Amino acid sequence: MKIRAQIGMVLNLDKCIGCHTCSVTCKNVWTSRDGVEYAWFNNVETKPGVGYPKEWENQDKWKGGWVRRSDGKLEPRQGSRLKILSNIFANPNLPSIDEYYEPFTYDYEHLQNAPEMITPPTARPVSVVTGKKMDKIEWGPNWEDDLGGEFSKRSKDALFEGIQKEMYSAFENTFMMYLPRLCEHCLNPACVASCPSGSIYKREDDGIVLIDQDKCRGWRMCVSGCPYKKIYYNWTTGKAEKCIFCYPRIEAGQPTVCSETCVGRIRYLGVLLYDADKIEAAASVEDPKSLYEAQLGVFLDPNAPEIIAEAKKQGIPDAWLTAAQKSPVYKMAMEWKVAFPLHPEYRTLPMVWYIPPLSPIQSALENGLIGENGIIPDVKDLRIPIRYLANLLTAGKEEPVVKALETMVAMRRYMRKKSVDKVSDAATLKGTHLKPLQVEEMYRVMAIANYEDRFVIPTTHKEMVENTFDDKASCGFSFGNGCSSGATEHSLFGKKKATPIVFHDLRRDRKANASQ
Amino acid sequence: MNTLHQFLFGVYPYIALSIFLLGSLVRFDREQYSWKSESSQLLHRGSLRLGNILFHIGIIGLFFGHMVGLLTPVAVWDALGVAHSFKQVFAMTAGGIMGTLCLIGVLILLQRRFGNDRLAANSTWRDKLVMVWILLTLLLGLSTIFVSAGHLDGHEMVLLMTWAQHIITLRGDAASYIAGASIVFKMHLFMGMSLFLIFPFTRLVHVWSGFAAVGYLGRAWQLVRPRA
Repeated sequence: MKIRAQIGMVLNLDKCIGCHTCSVTCKNVWTSRDGVEYAWFNNVETKPGVGYPKEWENQDKWKGGWVRRSDGKLEPRQGSRLKILSNIFANPNLPSIDEYYEPFTYDYEHLQNAPEMITPPTARPVSVVTGKKMDKIEWGPNWEDDLGGEFSKRSKDALFEGIQKEMYSAFENTFMMYLPRLCEHCLNPACVASCPSGSIYKREDDGIVLIDQDKCRGWRMCVSGCPYKKIYYNWTTGKAEKCIFCYPRIEAGQPTVCSETCVGRIRYLGVLLYDADKIEAAASVEDPKSLYEAQLGVFLDPNAPEIIAEAKKQGIPDAWLTAAQKSPVYKMAMEWKVAFPLHPEYRTLPMVWYIPPLSPIQSALENGLIGENGIIPDVKDLRIPIRYLANLLTAGKEEPVVKALETMVAMRRYMRKKSVDKVSDAATLKGTHLKPLQVEEMYRVMAIANYEDRFVIPTTHKEMVENTFDDKASCGFSFGNGCSSGATEHSLFGKKKATPIVFHDLRRDRKANASQ
Repeated sequence: MNTLHQFLFGVYPYIALSIFLLGSLVRFDREQYSWKSESSQLLHRGSLRLGNILFHIGIIGLFFGHMVGLLTPVAVWDALGVAHSFKQVFAMTAGGIMGTLCLIGVLILLQRRFGNDRLAANSTWRDKLVMVWILLTLLLGLSTIFVSAGHLDGHEMVLLMTWAQHIITLRGDAASYIAGASIVFKMHLFMGMSLFLIFPFTRLVHVWSGFAAVGYLGRAWQLVRPRA
């Protein structure tokens, strides 16, 4: 047994209001730079929809994730090592920037510079890639927000697999949900496996997957290897970049920026202990529908005395073990069984998990507003098809998703009775595996969601591996090359490439004035 | 043999090789963040797949062809019973095929780079320099085939091999062997050596990494970094 710890994340989709605060704060902190203006380490998609980049879930098209060969071994869907290497001259599976969107700004200056004219001046869009005016913006970072666009386009969503989707084109039957996405920091990352220069790695101490910016050579196999399309090629630096799970914050015991700023308090961070020796077997089980359970089998019980003893022996700090016992992520995934991995069928063993959303009942009239269990509806009446959620979270297996939704409904039933009728009625928990005390804790963590219940993050014990005195007055976060921003100015080896934004030129008379 | 000739073919090779090796080392050590292939595929695919694969197959073939052809001692060929004239014709044929693949590739890549708004706006002068330099070197190299066709006895080829081997083995008289070589050969040699000279200052450094990437074939799928 090789015990490792990872900070995992759970997103409670039941509470996501699709406000994009996570995306915006993440962008402000990490990707408001040249070359990654099109990249969103965190983005929020409206489902059903093709997503960002377009159709990222269609692995027949993009060849992300792993496949199980007939001999039971795993191999990236892109191909063997030799095949990946032979494609470094031109990656056949690389999405072009248009699949994300062509980054643009507006010619705001024209609003002030325009000469006197009959019609009011407009700020036309300008491509950041070419610096030229764009006739029309064809796609953007969040083009499908709140079901924008027509059903025929949105219905290419891979999650409609096995569903009679035509029925959901009717306005009366339509449904939607939000899906915030970031790097999954997988246990079996396909990006790491795809990198010919070995620049991507998983950190042993907290499981964060990072790209060594110095070692990346821009072969861009990770971009296509990742089935979630969460690695982005910076077109000015020529290096791949990805979500870093805000590691400077995590190391200090603070939540990631997306979690910290989440308005709906939907995000949870906590320690999971896992057995690294079981990863390969768990990712290689034959039936994709068993992958969710297989991944549960990799996690270790932080309360079991023999696990605690072994973890201590292997050098996991005590603070991490305590945090693992209080971990909201462990409780949601393992104890309450309400959280699920995103697309387990990609065989990456992702570590950012999701609680499926309850949704309005399908037809109020048909159900007479009331389900068989009182005022709270039954799961089968919900508007979002169970199969749709199962395609997202359990490779199409519906039972675990139904069970989780029933547990969440039961929690509401129980707490409603408790607060309205002032009685704790264990009978309302029929159909779940939980006891009243567990449900009350679940209510506290999931419904009230206090800061300290959502984020249980032990600090990194840096002092155990390095003399932090040497870090005194050193540079903070940088892009390699010591304390520089990545490329030294006036270097012999070429300075940083700039984006070619050319804003509307100044009028001749103003230019003359400016130069005087 | 004048001073200029002695400088270009007796001294310049060492300048070029030194800058090539030291420059690469310094850049790798000091400026590794700038060390990359600088792929432009994300911005515009176009005919990249056709052009780039042809170009790379061609140029890798040419590189190894030159290495083996120029640096294998004449005695080895003689021992193997390979006639000089045969080797020359073989070199002309193989070089001609690889050179043609490379030329088609580089022309497609040039068309792609200059024919697309996005790439035209994002190409640095170094990117353009590399492509044009390779194109000129390649055209000169292909022209030498016609010069060679005029004398198929392998004599001039052996002189060129001797020059290269004397340079590598640090013998001062190297330049004297090609004093009488055709001007096309001399220009090709100069452009080729200069390619090594500009190598550390351009995206060409990714060639080192391309060869290093062969290590990927024997690597474990997963990489886990322990703390410190």
